[in-house]
Amino acid sequence: MFESVQYWDPAAQFVLFSALKILVVFGATLTFVSLAVVAERRVSAWIQDRVGPNRVGIPFTNIRFLGLGQMLADGLKFLLKEDFTPNYVRTVYFWLAPAITLIPAFLTLAVIPFGSTLGNPNNRMVIANLNVGILYTFGIVSLGVYGIVLAGYASNSKYPFLGGIRSSAQMISYEIAMGLSVIPIFLLVGSLNLGDVVGYQSGGLHTWLVWKQPLAFFIFLIAAFAETNRLPFDMPESESELIGGYHTEYSSMKFALFFLGEYANMIASCSMMVTLFFGGWTPPWGAEAATTLWAGLGHVACFLAKVISMMLLFIWVRWMLPRFRYDQLMDLGWRRFIPMALFNILVTAFVVALWQR
Amino acid sequence: MVVDRKPLNWWERSYLPAIAGGFRVTWRHFANTVFRRKSVTMQYPEEKWVMPEGYRGAPYLVSDVDGHTKCVSCQLCEFICPPKAILITPPGPAGLAPDRPNAEKMPREFEINMLRCIFCGLCQEVCPEEAIFLQKDYSLTGLARGEMIYNKEKLLKLGGVDTGIQKWKQKLNEAREQEVFPVQGS
Repeated sequence: MFESVQYWDPAAQFVLFSALKILVVFGATLTFVSLAVVAERRVSAWIQDRVGPNRVGIPFTNIRFLGLGQMLADGLKFLLKEDFTPNYVRTVYFWLAPAITLIPAFLTLAVIPFGSTLGNPNNRMVIANLNVGILYTFGIVSLGVYGIVLAGYASNSKYPFLGGIRSSAQMISYEIAMGLSVIPIFLLVGSLNLGDVVGYQSGGLHTWLVWKQPLAFFIFLIAAFAETNRLPFDMPESESELIGGYHTEYSSMKFALFFLGEYANMIASCSMMVTLFFGGWTPPWGAEAATTLWAGLGHVACFLAKVISMMLLFIWVRWMLPRFRYDQLMDLGWRRFIPMALFNILVTAFVVALWQR
Repeated sequence: MVVDRKPLNWWERSYLPAIAGGFRVTWRHFANTVFRRKSVTMQYPEEKWVMPEGYRGAPYLVSDVDGHTKCVSCQLCEFICPPKAILITPPGPAGLAPDRPNAEKMPREFEINMLRCIFCGLCQEVCPEEAIFLQKDYSLTGLARGEMIYNKEKLLKLGGVDTGIQKWKQKLNEAREQEVFPVQGS
């Protein structure tokens, strides 16, 4: 049954494989989001001397299974809650905003190479092997701000409005730093295709770009915290000042979509960092594109392991640092990171120009 | 007192010492909880607190060491009870004989509505018979309001045995001693 696929028209094969990859990536991301929520709750509990959700296991049994049933329970809770729309909101935008937040997060994942191949060299483990991969990513990431701003505006209430304003300022400022920080990478690699970036780093641990561009990684990491609205930069949400920020007025599944969007964004930026700085799917001892199914799966596992470590870093930082003040955040973005990133571009450009001559 | 606010130097303004400090603190707590299992959480239904002496939980009736009801249906607790949680049905003129010799009466029914009870302890203080005590139960549950009204049987079962005085038994012994001549010790 599966053998006959290779005699298909190449276009039909492409459509089939792409559809499969989209389904798998989408499903895996959603699973990872719920896992990340549980991991966040467990890790935060451990850091605060608590135990965290360890009870919910397989339903209707006493099997607890490390509390991983919490994934299901959290999802169900969101689905079954009352979906309440306050009567003073701008309804169309109010309904549109969660979707607009969620979609860009998933779209960014399209260009991330999450593995080499699964044995077939024509079928690379990336949904869209774009030559302008990184430009596409930044284009999509900058759409992410609209959902949040729209939510703040549509809620017609002061706290969400402040949250929306804060997020627009924060995300737009940090996008610049983020965009500038990755330019040295592409000066070194000489291509915007993320597959080529991974190829450049496939020689093993010592070829990873994080060693050549630590400053770029540092800026990108911090900008990623700001872009995903995570602590210490969670100004748009800041529970202690703005109740819930832009999603104060949301409930049930619409709220869950914001949540999903935030975590999917985290996953996307972690994957991006892994691809740009930590060798993507290549294991630490270096690898060529896989020629067998098992080697291919190993590469995917390697990529996932790196992403999970980055996610743990994100979760850990949340409990490590207090929230920045708003002017400190802006100061850091505009007066520290943008000059630092520009300086980094300049130095890298000089080095590349001298080295290549 | 004047507190010096020294301006931060460039190293401190780079946020790096603060990040390192934050990591140290979080790691210490993480390691303590995960590797040394020193979490402060009590796994509640499996582990429970040890109640201190004198804890004022739910009031239950107690039996004496011979297994007899100590309550004599005097109804003082019913009168004193601030939220009117106690309802005693006395035996009446031709009522039920007490289950121990020499006592006048015992309640036909003794009900405490645990939904009303505020665990104040006045019933315990007012009881001349030391028949009702606030005990260490704090988590009373039921599936219906009716289940939360505890009757005499249930209260006695929950209350257990009290090793304190047995006033009526003492009186009985004294009365018996009266029959013996010559009176000993007087």
